[in-house]
Amino acid sequence: MSKKVYKDYIKFFIVFLISLLYILPFIAVIINSFKTTNDIMANPLSLPTKFSVSNYIKAAEKMTYLRGFLNTLIITFFSIGGIVVFSAMTAYLFVRKKWKLNRLVFSLMIASMIIPFQAIMIPLVKIYGTLNLLNNMWTLIYMYWGFGAAFAVFMYHGFIKGIPYELEEAAYVEGATEFQTFWKVVFPLLKPVTTTIVILDGLWIWNDFLLPSLILISAEKRTLQLSTFYFYGTYTADYGLAMAALILTITPIIVVYLILQKNIINGILKGAIK
Amino acid sequence: MKSKAKNVVNYIIFAGITTMVFLTVVIIPFLYGVYLTLTDWNGIEATKKYIGIRNYISILNDSTFLYSFTLTLKYVFFSVLFINLIAFLLAYLLTSGIKGQNVFRIALFTPNLIGGIVLGFIWQFIFNNTLPYIGQKIGLGLISNSWLASPQKAFWALVIVTVWQYSGYMMMIYIAGLVGIPQDIIEASTIDGAGQLTRITRIILPLLAPSFTVSVFLSLQRSFMVYDLNLALTKGGPFRSTELVSMHVYSEAFLSQNYGIGQAKAIILFITVAIITSIQVYLSKKAEVEA
Repeated sequence: MSKKVYKDYIKFFIVFLISLLYILPFIAVIINSFKTTNDIMANPLSLPTKFSVSNYIKAAEKMTYLRGFLNTLIITFFSIGGIVVFSAMTAYLFVRKKWKLNRLVFSLMIASMIIPFQAIMIPLVKIYGTLNLLNNMWTLIYMYWGFGAAFAVFMYHGFIKGIPYELEEAAYVEGATEFQTFWKVVFPLLKPVTTTIVILDGLWIWNDFLLPSLILISAEKRTLQLSTFYFYGTYTADYGLAMAALILTITPIIVVYLILQKNIINGILKGAIK
Repeated sequence: MKSKAKNVVNYIIFAGITTMVFLTVVIIPFLYGVYLTLTDWNGIEATKKYIGIRNYISILNDSTFLYSFTLTLKYVFFSVLFINLIAFLLAYLLTSGIKGQNVFRIALFTPNLIGGIVLGFIWQFIFNNTLPYIGQKIGLGLISNSWLASPQKAFWALVIVTVWQYSGYMMMIYIAGLVGIPQDIIEASTIDGAGQLTRITRIILPLLAPSFTVSVFLSLQRSFMVYDLNLALTKGGPFRSTELVSMHVYSEAFLSQNYGIGQAKAIILFITVAIITSIQVYLSKKAEVEA
């Protein structure tokens, strides 16, 4: 065996062991989600003796899984939609028109990116509480537009700078308005950034816990993360059920990841280099 | 005059909603928050008195906050260190052309797809059940009892889960950097007789400086803000011994209803993060230029 091949085997083995460490916690949860609580207590490493989805059915029912899933889907969909549409238009205006106001708002956005959410959450709850806007999915969506705006405008801004203006001139010659030109000519060119923003913001909003926990008060408005949290708190002693609930919560995102993994990884790589 | 009116209309069409949302969700609450720290507001009564910087002074004597704050610094230090060490190692191994490297990348990234709440509960089960079971079976004292029951070990449990969660993400950043290094530079160094170690320290690491800047910045920011993982894994326990600053701010404001003081603590967190990340970015940018 040549030295190079020998080395590659060692590298492969190291990576294999580390990857195993990353995956084993999930496997432990999957295996135990099919077992009864007694079996789990007796031996958390044993395989299930019989294949039964009863934990899943019961957990889905108790945590009102379908409602949580739909709530999360609606919130994520409209939040991302708003962030993409409004931020792309804003960034376009900021790149093409060098007005003082544009430069001011843009710098304010860049500066705001270092403000941690914890420094905003208390006044946020106070202000929106006084206005009687808490416990409303649309308030939450509106807030995601606000928290997502700075990063998205920044990303679009960087990309639009590289688009030659000549493309748009042709549209103006034909009598298109700026609004039409943006949507027909520029926006389609922004697809790579849009993909990155959709992926990064999608993961963030789908998995967010703290903001929804502050805004959504009543049980029927809960997102998946919130229902998992409350469910787990109530059923900590019933391990089988609790494990099934965890798997139910992570399944949608894992399925999307397996289908779109190439796009997701590329989107994250692009977002990372910015 | 006509063109001025057109500009206003244009601004409103293109940037109106973003500006309004950004101001009402980020800027106004932030400024109002700074004002709140100068009052004795308790969240319930409508009246609040201006008390100057008294909240900030009282924080200096608040031992639970100081404990939580130092604990957070310690947590951030070890998390950022290990996240980046492991992320770099993984990225290096996964760009060396070994078999199945794409599958490994996909697997190592998985924890980042899932929210901190679920990750915390998964590891709570591992630490409370799986590891003690293994420890008792094979007689390994270190893991025979749940780590989450001891303040010292619960802290390390938090660090371990954080490193496990984020190293796959930061690995992606290092992979992007490594792939971007021109192959001919590496080849030239090999021809010049550079060994593997020299190649890493003299060529790869300096060229990778921008990836370090981004990755350390992101891991700093995220570990300073951690909340949901902390909540699900240890709930701050045992006996508030693992209560990191985010959770501390939350309980001060929303559970103890000391909004003025809670907000002042949040502002202190903001200033700390701003200072530390600016220093870090400044220093790493300098290193990038020299490289």
